[in-house]
Amino acid sequence: MTTLTEHHVRRTPRLGGFNATILRLELRRLLRNRRTVVFTLVMPVVFFLLFGLDAAYADQDAGHGNVAAYIMISMAVYGAMVATTGAGASVSLERSLGWSRQLRLTPLAPAAYVAVKLVMALAVGLAAIVAVYAVGVFTHKAEMPVHLWVETALIAWAGSLVFAAFGLFMGYVLPGENVMQILGPGLALLAFLGGLFVPLDQGSVMETVARFTPMFGLNQLVHAPLTGDAVQPTWVLNVAAWLVVFTGGAIWRFRKDTARV
Amino acid sequence: MTEYARGGAPATKAVPAIALRSVTKHFGQVRAVRGIDLHVQQGEVVAFLGPNGAGKTSTIDMVLGLSAPTSGEVVVLGLEPHAAIRRGLVAAVMQTGGLLKDLTVVETVRYTASLFAHSESVADVLQRAGIAEIADRKVGKCSGGEQQRLRFAMALLSDPALLLLDEPTTGMDVEGRRAFWSAIHEDASRGRTVLFATHYLEEADAYADRIILVSKGLVVADGTASEVKGLASGRTVRATWRPTDAALQAIPGADSVERRGDTVLIHSHDTDAVARHLLQHTEARDLEITARGLEDAFLALTGEPDLQGDSR
Repeated sequence: MTTLTEHHVRRTPRLGGFNATILRLELRRLLRNRRTVVFTLVMPVVFFLLFGLDAAYADQDAGHGNVAAYIMISMAVYGAMVATTGAGASVSLERSLGWSRQLRLTPLAPAAYVAVKLVMALAVGLAAIVAVYAVGVFTHKAEMPVHLWVETALIAWAGSLVFAAFGLFMGYVLPGENVMQILGPGLALLAFLGGLFVPLDQGSVMETVARFTPMFGLNQLVHAPLTGDAVQPTWVLNVAAWLVVFTGGAIWRFRKDTARV
Repeated sequence: MTEYARGGAPATKAVPAIALRSVTKHFGQVRAVRGIDLHVQQGEVVAFLGPNGAGKTSTIDMVLGLSAPTSGEVVVLGLEPHAAIRRGLVAAVMQTGGLLKDLTVVETVRYTASLFAHSESVADVLQRAGIAEIADRKVGKCSGGEQQRLRFAMALLSDPALLLLDEPTTGMDVEGRRAFWSAIHEDASRGRTVLFATHYLEEADAYADRIILVSKGLVVADGTASEVKGLASGRTVRATWRPTDAALQAIPGADSVERRGDTVLIHSHDTDAVARHLLQHTEARDLEITARGLEDAFLALTGEPDLQGDSR
């Protein structure tokens, strides 16, 4: 018991325990999870290969590039959305396993734990985007100026923060080990409503409703540089509002979860 | 004089490892803890013994800062429980859960080690917990006993001054239980304060310096194993003696007396006084003083016929 006999001052960890070792181990866990890899890295790429390269429309004009580029952006956004939601929602599994409780017996600050989850979400979100764009490069179908590749990728990545918050929120609300089995179909529905897979009919009832769903604003914003459409304030408002809703929800549930009762 | 932390209380040997003052814990209508006062000195190995639902886990959760008391005060090493946890002064081995199945044993320990400002070496801790040879095994593939030793390894990382074990051997086989306790015992011999909850009498008897018996949210007995046994049922003085009835009547503090030929059995709460009387004032010889089993004490103090089975 050196601590009791030596003149030893115990310190608390820096940054509430946030450190590179956890990030490395968490990343390893994500890559070990075959389902995560399939749904976030493989599936969006396969969707792009299936729907993005069709000779019937791939080379058609889409503003500053072609339709193949348009679909590539859509699939990258979809991949990033699934990846970040899944990474955020992993707190659900960790709560059900008692790992969150175990971590409360260490100096790790609850906020640092959430920060780790956010960093992981953004890392896999970026990986999903890069995977689709890399396949876009190698298949030589998608065409748009170089700066638009970068711009759209960055918008997609930044927008995926909304879904990282959504995943965290759901991770604290939903119980059990199979959260993504519920969220997966839900995300596909949101993607349809956002017009990510099939463009919405302008002026239809469907489109009116869809305007208020979480994917709508981001879908418009991420394609705007390519199509040349003027950015509408309602798109930005849509993204900002959902970010606030999901972040607020996550914070609310997180506080409840870590409160001492 | 040793100081724990800026702003923390100085931690001399005089600072108790655990100090509970009139602590209660209610869950709705259920009064899990009904007013516990408790002081555990540094270096003690204490068994928190009681039947299911006695309030053991509720009390441990409050010491760990996982829950707040309904009323009363919990102080750990002179600090508020959370402050003690943040400094790595307190660690715990919980009964179940708390592990990620998709990490390996060594990854789990490395993960935990990275969270402390100061940590023991990962290899050293694996060695001491006896799981160095399964370091690369996935946690999900480890047996219950191996997982428990992994939890123990994680608890050792911060070199805590206080270690809490909540029913640590539930579900382990005899061999696993023995291996686990020998690791704990070896560690406690270096002077670490250990408090473990159990409903196994033999564990409390074999491994604790002090037994705190709880029942229905209250401390019903507190002392060494033999003191606790004595509290409930007294002890028995056995002597070779052929007394007269008058001589038997004269024994001070006898609860009951039994004659078996040349042998006399005297049950008493103060067997020291009985023995002194017998040796000084009578012909009695071959004195033998025995405590009744801890199990008898347990039954008498808690009124619980059955202590085995899962506890919460």
